[in-house]
Amino acid sequence: MKFGIVSFPGSNCDDDAVFAATETLGEPAVKLWHKDHDLQGSDVIILPGGFAYGDYLRAGAIARFSPIMHEVSAHASRGGPVIGICNGFQIACEAGLLPGALMRNAGLQFLSMPVTIRVENTGTRWTSLCEVGQRLTMPIAHGEGRYTVDAATLERVEGEGLVVFRYVDASGEATDAANVNGSLDNIAGVRNFAGNVVGLMPHPERALDAQLGSTDGRVLFESVLAAVHA
Amino acid sequence: MKHFRINVHIIPRKGLLDPQGKAVADALHTLGFDAVRDVHVGRYLVIETAAADVAAAEAAVREMCARLLANPVTEDFEIAGVVTA
Repeated sequence: MKFGIVSFPGSNCDDDAVFAATETLGEPAVKLWHKDHDLQGSDVIILPGGFAYGDYLRAGAIARFSPIMHEVSAHASRGGPVIGICNGFQIACEAGLLPGALMRNAGLQFLSMPVTIRVENTGTRWTSLCEVGQRLTMPIAHGEGRYTVDAATLERVEGEGLVVFRYVDASGEATDAANVNGSLDNIAGVRNFAGNVVGLMPHPERALDAQLGSTDGRVLFESVLAAVHA
Repeated sequence: MKHFRINVHIIPRKGLLDPQGKAVADALHTLGFDAVRDVHVGRYLVIETAAADVAAAEAAVREMCARLLANPVTEDFEIAGVVTA
């Protein structure tokens, strides 16, 4: 299975994602330059973290118009797996691949810390090997991760099970204290209706090796491997 | 075609939590500006463009706001002025 990792000017987690695919999972990976129009046969697309275009205007606002996003959207509409991590989640929302938007953290601070998230939905290519209620620990590193959506869309997002992850405390409760950035309903990650596109603020690609503190990100990548090989 | 300068305000949508605006309001209160009820921090853009007339320039900027300059989920925009450049 081939991972395609999009590099925008300002992406800074693209190498982490390549490392995750090649060194940790032993799968081939290729970096896709944002100006290209070719996914080079990638089966799975990762929109990595960073500060694409310096977050000018709004995080993800300009990156979504990069030439490669045309191919990424086409891949997504064919049912191909896509994950947007952190800045990649912001880009996926701006591109309309996922509902909602990410705003400035409620506490205004850039947050770099491990968080616990709870799996809410396993009907995605990225969580099929998880169990509902499973808790995962992964790092976050963002200033604009407060998930926001209008009331009507929130009803649909919650009603149709599009919430994939919520920020929870150690006992698995979605408390206000655990909601580090002030997201609506503690939402840390969402999916599209088809379940092939997932976006989240935490970094699963930085939680693949015990030496880095957690291997809980592994199950997302193992899920997509299983989905593509199925 | 004439040249226009169009001023656009992008503001956080009313009702959404605006922590940046709240932090500024708190700072103003600390300075003694107790009468301040609320502050909203947005963006101010000056767009220089060619257009047939004022109406066409405004229409173009409205489309720019809808497609790129404002996030339809979280922000509103208003055209604050159109001047012939």
